[in-house]
Amino acid sequence: MTRAAMDEPILRLEGISKTFRRAGHAPLKAVDNVSLTVGRGEIVALVGESGSGKSTLGRIALGLLAPDSGRVALDGRVLGELKSEELRRARVAMQPIFQDASSSLNPRRSARELMAQALPNAGAATDRRAAELLDRVGLSPGRDYLPRFPHEISGGQRQRLAIARALAMNPRLIIADEPLSGADVSIRGQILNLLLDIKEERGVAYLMITHDISIARHFADRVAVMQRGVIVETGPAAQVLTAPSHPYTQQLVAAVPELAPPESTGTAA
Amino acid sequence: MRRVRERRLPIPRFLQRFLAYRAGLAAGAYVALLTLVAIVTFFLTGIDPHHITDNAMVAPSGSHLLGTDELGRDLLTGILWGSQVSLAVGVSAAVGATVLGVLLGAAAGFYGGWLDLAVMRIAEMFQVVPSFILAAVIVALSGTGLTQVVAVIVLLAWPQIARITRGEVMRVKQLEFVDAVRCLGKKEWQILASEVVPNAMAPVLAAGTLVVAQAILLEASLSFLGLSSADIVSWGRMLNAGQRFLFNAWWMSVFPGLAIFLTVLAFNLLGDAVGSALNPRTITR
Amino acid sequence: MANILEIESLRLAYRTRGTVAYAMNDVTLHVAEGEAVGLVGESGSGKSTLARATLGLAPRKIATIESGRISIGGTDVTRFDEDQWQAMRGNPVAMVFQDPLSYMNPVMRVGKQIAESVKQHAPGLQPAARVAELLSLVKLPPTAADAYPHELSGGMRQRALLAVALGCGPKLLVADEPTTALDVTTQAEILALIRELRERLGMALLLISHDLGIVASACERIYVMYAGHTVEWGATRDVFQRPAHPYTVGLLKAAQAARNNEGRFATIAGDPPNLSELSTGCPFTPRCPLVREECPKAMPAPGPARNAGAQTLRCWAHQ
Repeated sequence: MTRAAMDEPILRLEGISKTFRRAGHAPLKAVDNVSLTVGRGEIVALVGESGSGKSTLGRIALGLLAPDSGRVALDGRVLGELKSEELRRARVAMQPIFQDASSSLNPRRSARELMAQALPNAGAATDRRAAELLDRVGLSPGRDYLPRFPHEISGGQRQRLAIARALAMNPRLIIADEPLSGADVSIRGQILNLLLDIKEERGVAYLMITHDISIARHFADRVAVMQRGVIVETGPAAQVLTAPSHPYTQQLVAAVPELAPPESTGTAA
Repeated sequence: MRRVRERRLPIPRFLQRFLAYRAGLAAGAYVALLTLVAIVTFFLTGIDPHHITDNAMVAPSGSHLLGTDELGRDLLTGILWGSQVSLAVGVSAAVGATVLGVLLGAAAGFYGGWLDLAVMRIAEMFQVVPSFILAAVIVALSGTGLTQVVAVIVLLAWPQIARITRGEVMRVKQLEFVDAVRCLGKKEWQILASEVVPNAMAPVLAAGTLVVAQAILLEASLSFLGLSSADIVSWGRMLNAGQRFLFNAWWMSVFPGLAIFLTVLAFNLLGDAVGSALNPRTITR
Repeated sequence: MANILEIESLRLAYRTRGTVAYAMNDVTLHVAEGEAVGLVGESGSGKSTLARATLGLAPRKIATIESGRISIGGTDVTRFDEDQWQAMRGNPVAMVFQDPLSYMNPVMRVGKQIAESVKQHAPGLQPAARVAELLSLVKLPPTAADAYPHELSGGMRQRALLAVALGCGPKLLVADEPTTALDVTTQAEILALIRELRERLGMALLLISHDLGIVASACERIYVMYAGHTVEWGATRDVFQRPAHPYTVGLLKAAQAARNNEGRFATIAGDPPNLSELSTGCPFTPRCPLVREECPKAMPAPGPARNAGAQTLRCWAHQ
């Protein structure tokens, strides 16, 4: 694991392309020769609109989808070169967080069972460890949450449960695909702060896939803007999303409704 | 206020909603009663359905509530004993078809590719073979008997279970929680067995209950045609015996026929109720 | 000026086997003719129930109005039956939804659907000419008339649904999260279109959204809803620049998604409310940083804000 040099990024995507072909439809080039890195402990936001290919790229990075060409290297190891058994073991170092925890947690399993799936089986110690992790993500006391089912807790709590399970794998990289789209505005800050705390404690890196410009601007160190399968602009998040240079990024940033109220609109009435 | 799409169904809530289907409840009570009858008659030694009396072909009366057949055997006793065969054949055929169908359908839906193609083509073959031809072939190869009847029904019924399982597995396998578990480093077959299949079972169980009804009907048809052995007391055989005397002893055909009709109806209603009660999508109506 | 929509202390409960949810608990709101009003709330605030109630669309079997009053154009509609509501829908009140696809007929061409709505509300008119006019009004090409809804992009579908709604000649357009399913650039286009249509047609707008930025950009006056209560309302400028209710204050901070000095994001503690419990007190009490003794006991009457703008709010801290 440690044979890679420390300056090797935790995730390196090189020349990734993916085309979807369906009978009766024109082939869809979802990702076109994209390269992107996420450094150790770095937060990178991948921003784009629906159909930009950002979620496809996320699935390729997670090893859930094989690219047509290009390489995915996790901690210096190229996933495509691993045997399926090795891939299975290697990729637990990166964990996903999805948009809607009500669909990313098996509805038939209690929090205890969901946590146990990610922890080595050690009887009572498993429960203790699970409760600790639930405490850590703000579901406290964790022990009380163990018998609960996903539909018995609120949306924000479900997302915390999903994060706790991901943490049980001791990930070095978390790939979060729109983790806040399902959450209320008042809950978003809680989740973002939790992700920041985890990063500080454990040095986890994030690849945050989002359509929300303001979250990307404030949460990420670096941002990559994706349009129609291509990354059109990358750079420090604050800079790119405040003073964008690419016309598409400019358009995207300008389209975000401002919170300052408009000057008198002078409407007919 | 968006509702959760899939939820786990704790038993009380399942029961609650199941009870809301009154027809299902009545059918459930009927099936429970029938099961009780089958068990009681199985252990009851004092009465013999083959017992021959001197009163052949007497109409329903105080001493023989449903009348007697051409050898003077009591029809009510026969029908009560016949429930053993109907239930045993129906349930074992349904279990067999469900197990086979789930195994093949789940593998086909999850792994796809050539396996899917092969399973589905074989399923089609069994679905287009007329049931009586298949029955005749099996009987010709291995003789008559209940085992053969069950085998025929299993071979005929597994494709529909496999189709439903395959469809559900294909739906469930692309849900996010499956990918989430995959990222925990689980093996593919573990994911199929512990994540995908349990979430695909609701419509499969409902279809399995319907197979019981089909199996009872088919057993009756096969017995009616004389494809099961002669010493078995079954509703189909009784119906077969009765049809020769349809004009002199209507009760010999009507009562076994009624037993078959009611039981098949009950399992159909039960299947519908199970399907509705297990289906998470019917929660928000 | 007359009010096209008036809601007074409305309470609406959903009752299903053994459970009660007070989707609206105490809602007071009005929209003047030609005015653009925003309604902001999170999940469970009751904002979508309110939208449905303004068209008599709350599911009749389980929804009951327990107290309060709704009137549209001066007519009390609180106890209207389905037939009476039929006469109100489209004109004077029309609605557009988050997901146009589920409110359009999938097997009928867009032009025909617009023509149907025109015929229903203006039988004398020549529909073909009016359909063309409506399509150009929502900036769809004339060819869109021959398309089926699924053949259009999300933004074009929302335009088509707007054309159907406008075909009725509404005095009030209720828009329930009209851009939530759209990308930001498309969203900006639809919002600009709604603004322009309002100015040209002089119709009133009730825009319902969880996104404060959208409401701020499109509305003159706004209401903030929490757990079935309207908790703060007034001119958009007053409410957004000098918010007074602790919930509004927290929501605005959270929506800005900016980090504070410690590098953390602003949050509102706790979880969204449970609607199955009807509390007599202020529903924000468990999450509120300014709790007082009175808060869990009763909801205060609407009053002016202290040290803020000219808005109205229901909060003990400002009594």
